[in-house]
Amino acid sequence: MVTPGSEPEAASAVVQQRMLEVMALAKACDERLRKGISTGEFLTVYWPSRGQEAIAAGFAACLRTDDRLVTTYRGLHDQIGKGVSLVEILGEMLGRQVGACRGKGGTMHIADPKVGVMLSTGIVGAGIPVAVGLALAARAQKADRVVAVSFGDGATNTGSFHEAVNMAAIWQLPLVLVCQNNQYAEMTPTAHSMHVEHIAERAAAYNIPGVTIDGNDPMEVYRAFTEAVHRARSGGGPTLIECLTYRFFGHFFGDQMAYIPAAELEAAKAADPVLRFGDRLVDEGVLTRSQVDGIDEHARRQVDEAVVEVLASPTPTLDELDRDVYAGVTER
Amino acid sequence: MSPDTETEMTVREAVSLALNQAMAQDDRVILLGEDIADPGGGVSGVTAGLSTAFGADRVLDTPISEAAIVGAAIGAALEGMLPVAEIMIMDFIGIALDQIVNHAAKLRFMSGGRTSCPITVRTAVFGGLGSGATHSQSLEAWFMHIPGLKVVVPSTPRDAKGLLTSSIFDPDPCIFVETVLTYGARGPVPDDPGFSIPLGEADVKRPGRDVTIVTYGRGVFDALTVAEQLAPEGIDVEVLDLRTLVPLDTGRILESVGKTKRAVVAHYATTFAGPGAEVAATIAEGLFGELLAPVQRVGARFSPISSAQALEAATLPSSSSILDAVRKTLDGSRG
Repeated sequence: MVTPGSEPEAASAVVQQRMLEVMALAKACDERLRKGISTGEFLTVYWPSRGQEAIAAGFAACLRTDDRLVTTYRGLHDQIGKGVSLVEILGEMLGRQVGACRGKGGTMHIADPKVGVMLSTGIVGAGIPVAVGLALAARAQKADRVVAVSFGDGATNTGSFHEAVNMAAIWQLPLVLVCQNNQYAEMTPTAHSMHVEHIAERAAAYNIPGVTIDGNDPMEVYRAFTEAVHRARSGGGPTLIECLTYRFFGHFFGDQMAYIPAAELEAAKAADPVLRFGDRLVDEGVLTRSQVDGIDEHARRQVDEAVVEVLASPTPTLDELDRDVYAGVTER
Repeated sequence: MSPDTETEMTVREAVSLALNQAMAQDDRVILLGEDIADPGGGVSGVTAGLSTAFGADRVLDTPISEAAIVGAAIGAALEGMLPVAEIMIMDFIGIALDQIVNHAAKLRFMSGGRTSCPITVRTAVFGGLGSGATHSQSLEAWFMHIPGLKVVVPSTPRDAKGLLTSSIFDPDPCIFVETVLTYGARGPVPDDPGFSIPLGEADVKRPGRDVTIVTYGRGVFDALTVAEQLAPEGIDVEVLDLRTLVPLDTGRILESVGKTKRAVVAHYATTFAGPGAEVAATIAEGLFGELLAPVQRVGARFSPISSAQALEAATLPSSSSILDAVRKTLDGSRG
């Protein structure tokens, strides 16, 4: 189903290492969050993206800082990939003043325009029309930035998806539509909620390229993203990329996952994309085992340091309630 | 044209002029909506000529996709554009509510001020044309309930131009509600492209001593009719045009009713839980004990709006139902 054309350049060793670093950071952050919530060390609501890290690595490797990203409530990995600082992410999740939005947005609503994260939405499908507008503005402003929008399989059943993809197609906007098909829309298997085998087939309805890839393989993600970003930046319009992946911890952290077959989950965890990519880079001689271990250790240290800084930060003061409801009060 | 000249025109022309002048003076202003480009120029002709003047890149004729129209406006606004989205008929705005309520209204707050959403959503009430329950509603109360939105409902051509100009350049999302049955109303409008009317300022359309009709939009025309009808009887009606429902000019409401001590609140939205309920509560809180009669509310009946002319007319308010309400404040008064 891959679109014909010249094969994009494979990721260099430097890029591969960078991708592993992002994946390790997302994994470490997830682990620290789950530990903190489980032990009662801190309180937050969390929709885990553990298992989907390779897609975030694609954002890190294929997007420029000024390229835009719209993501969702399950956006921890994406935000890390696009360069939002750990302190801002964790601070927002834990409701502290150092958070990206000073604790007013929370886990689902992290925005950091300085690295291009314009919106994280808590409403399934709603980010896609907004991404169309971001892409429209890039064109109106004669900028060559592109917009990537990340959403789940469930989002492709919303009217927002279909309205927005149609609009992006007729206007041939610089948009990369990244569907993270983690097999479950909240608690319903994808096969129960759509009559197509591959979400990428939906691209045909709008006459745009659609590809289905192994979203757990960073090298395949890199190739597909590179091609789609190039197409968008050079005026070739939007691409739908369906990244097949898997959620390790259900819809939200605490989800008992009664609807997930145990064997399926075990198989997915056994094929952990983060560990698998580290092993592969060792096997291929790109990195040594101790370098891979070092990346993992460094990631955990960064996360631990960020948590310490976040927990030392005060919670927002009540004057925040009236601030930013409308313009005209102090902005950050 | 010198800046202080005025031209007589209709509300439709005034809205069109505001769009035209805003687009001419600022490249950030773009329009999105169904059928808005030439040769159609919009279902009511409001945007006629604009795509010819400014190009299809700035007057974007969209598919019938209300959620994506508003969503795209939001995305463009996040990048510093000043988009004006048109929802052809107000009843269609439900399809775009998620984008308006969960995104446009909240993005500034939820991002701690990092992003803002200066969109204008223009829409029009088609009530009074016999189009039936899904093409006739005045739904402005929905938006008053959402912190972060501004809600603007102009009456005269002058106000339509001045308030739309303010809405377009306002840093916050504005819901701008037009009324098809008043598109033809005529009046003087300043030619100056810089002319605007601040949001949040009610306007006394007719001063009076005995009773205040607090209203907006189409209700202003009815209220002025009522005032003329009662004048020969020596009843002096003040007509207060709210112009914006959010921010609500509570100061001018209390000032006017504090003077007349009697109030009728009138609008085409449903009376029950309508904008008038907030106004009546404001008056009760601020002037309890000073009022000479209970505040009367006039609005649409609590039933879907019928298509048959006689039924529709009985559902929506009119100058005669407002006049009856005014008499009630006078008959039952302690004064």
